Amino acid sequence: MSAYTRDEMMTIAAARMLWDGCVCFVGIGLPSAACNLARLTHAPEIVLIYESGTIGTRPEVLPLSIGDGELAETAACVVPLPEVFSHYLQAGRVDVGFLGAAQIDRHGNLNSTVIGPYDKPSTRLPGAGGAPEIASHARQTYVVMKATPRSFVERLAFRTSAGYLGGHGERAASGARGDGPRAVITDFGVLAPAPESEELTLTALYADASVGEARAAVGWPLAVVSQIERIAPPTAIELDTLRALHARTASAHQRPVELPL
Amino acid sequence: MALLTLAEALRRHVPDGACVALEGFTHLIPFAAGHELIRQGRRNLHLVRMTPDLLYDQMIGMGCARKLTFSWGGNPGVGSLHRLRDAVEHGWPGPLELDEHSHAGMAAAYCAGAARLPFGTLRGYLGTDLPGVNPAIRSVTCPYTGEALATVPALNPDVTILHAQRADRRGNVAIHGIVGAAREAALAARTLVVTVEELVDELGPAMNGIVLPHWVVSAVAHCPGGAYPSYAQGHYARDNAFYQRWDAIARERDGFTAWMRRHVLESPDHRAFLASLREAA
Repeated sequence: MSAYTRDEMMTIAAARMLWDGCVCFVGIGLPSAACNLARLTHAPEIVLIYESGTIGTRPEVLPLSIGDGELAETAACVVPLPEVFSHYLQAGRVDVGFLGAAQIDRHGNLNSTVIGPYDKPSTRLPGAGGAPEIASHARQTYVVMKATPRSFVERLAFRTSAGYLGGHGERAASGARGDGPRAVITDFGVLAPAPESEELTLTALYADASVGEARAAVGWPLAVVSQIERIAPPTAIELDTLRALHARTASAHQRPVELPL
Repeated sequence: MALLTLAEALRRHVPDGACVALEGFTHLIPFAAGHELIRQGRRNLHLVRMTPDLLYDQMIGMGCARKLTFSWGGNPGVGSLHRLRDAVEHGWPGPLELDEHSHAGMAAAYCAGAARLPFGTLRGYLGTDLPGVNPAIRSVTCPYTGEALATVPALNPDVTILHAQRADRRGNVAIHGIVGAAREAALAARTLVVTVEELVDELGPAMNGIVLPHWVVSAVAHCPGGAYPSYAQGHYARDNAFYQRWDAIARERDGFTAWMRRHVLESPDHRAFLASLREAA
């Protein structure tokens, strides 16, 4: 098997967490790659929902935006956006929601709004989009983020989406219906909430990653479980399928579109 | 319903200072209409859109807007909207007031607006800092269960502008493919202006496709290619390569302004805009 990148390992680790038949609310970027990789390998009956209203979509190439025509053309059905959020997500019909963000704290709360003060930000980020309600209503969420001390922080500049709030059951008491971030998939391995404190704890490492690397990448004193799981490297099928998907996608996104003149 | 040129429709229906929603979720974004508002030098607009996209990046950078109601402001799959960021971070070309929501919140606000209810409710904004920076996000106690629910005030734009695939000569408008919150934004508005790819004598049976009936439509303008570089399902694809190029075009003020002058301001209409892009390719 050829060498692989950490990006590929993250995508494959995320894909393995999805099961056949699960209903998955997909975000753009790595989550979209992971969900489609799962669909093309071990989970052919996975149901992919993009917030643009495409349900049960089976894209041949990954969309650049969450509303590319490819998603509509390969969907089981296309519904209005308010319906996706109210009748599907809020109604509890989503098993897994994928989230990313600019910052995460030790209880899995996320910031995708601003760095610095809200009224005078040093960096204005895109904002909430679907995230707050995905975080709240999906039966569970998986967070996918590369870890640096600037992104895995002691204190968020702004809380856009709730994880376990302050931990120790605060999320459940808040009325959130879903179980929250059950896994944070990073470029060194996976963090998961500890049973009581709900503090994100290192539970699994990629084959070539170390606890020291994980600790250096996280901006709070990282707790580590006593028996760390080792995540198997990509199989040839996973890697070939993912690379073929990315190659098809890159070529499709660069294909010139004839101007509608 | 009046069949007008795009320039005339916007002169008639969109005054300076108006609250305007140019909707369309990735699909059917009314670029031709937004460019025409830039050409006509519209100022102090309150712009409303779930995903500001390149179109509002352009309108904000060209000084059309004083306020933005939105829920996600990036270039999808690419990165930042640099002109939106410059306005928020540095007040260029002018300050921009933000009315910020989540997608679910904004969808509920459009639904309430379409139903002419004062507010929308949702199980939303739970555990987030958004209500702390947007005092319009509040809560209500359910009179049946006692549950606290989030509320958002109804969105009722003065004008909603959509791009659609087809209209007939009476002004019935048909949309298919990804519809986003287009229908809710259309019915929430006081005035609805629609640009279309095709004008036809008669629309076929719509079945479950979306039709906006002629008596909710104020004006229709025939504008082929009017969603480019967004797309019109069945007519042309999204120009993803252009969305990727936009990142470099809009990164610096000078480069942005020069591009907008060359392609939008110096083009008399959308056809000329498209021709100028072909010439530059």
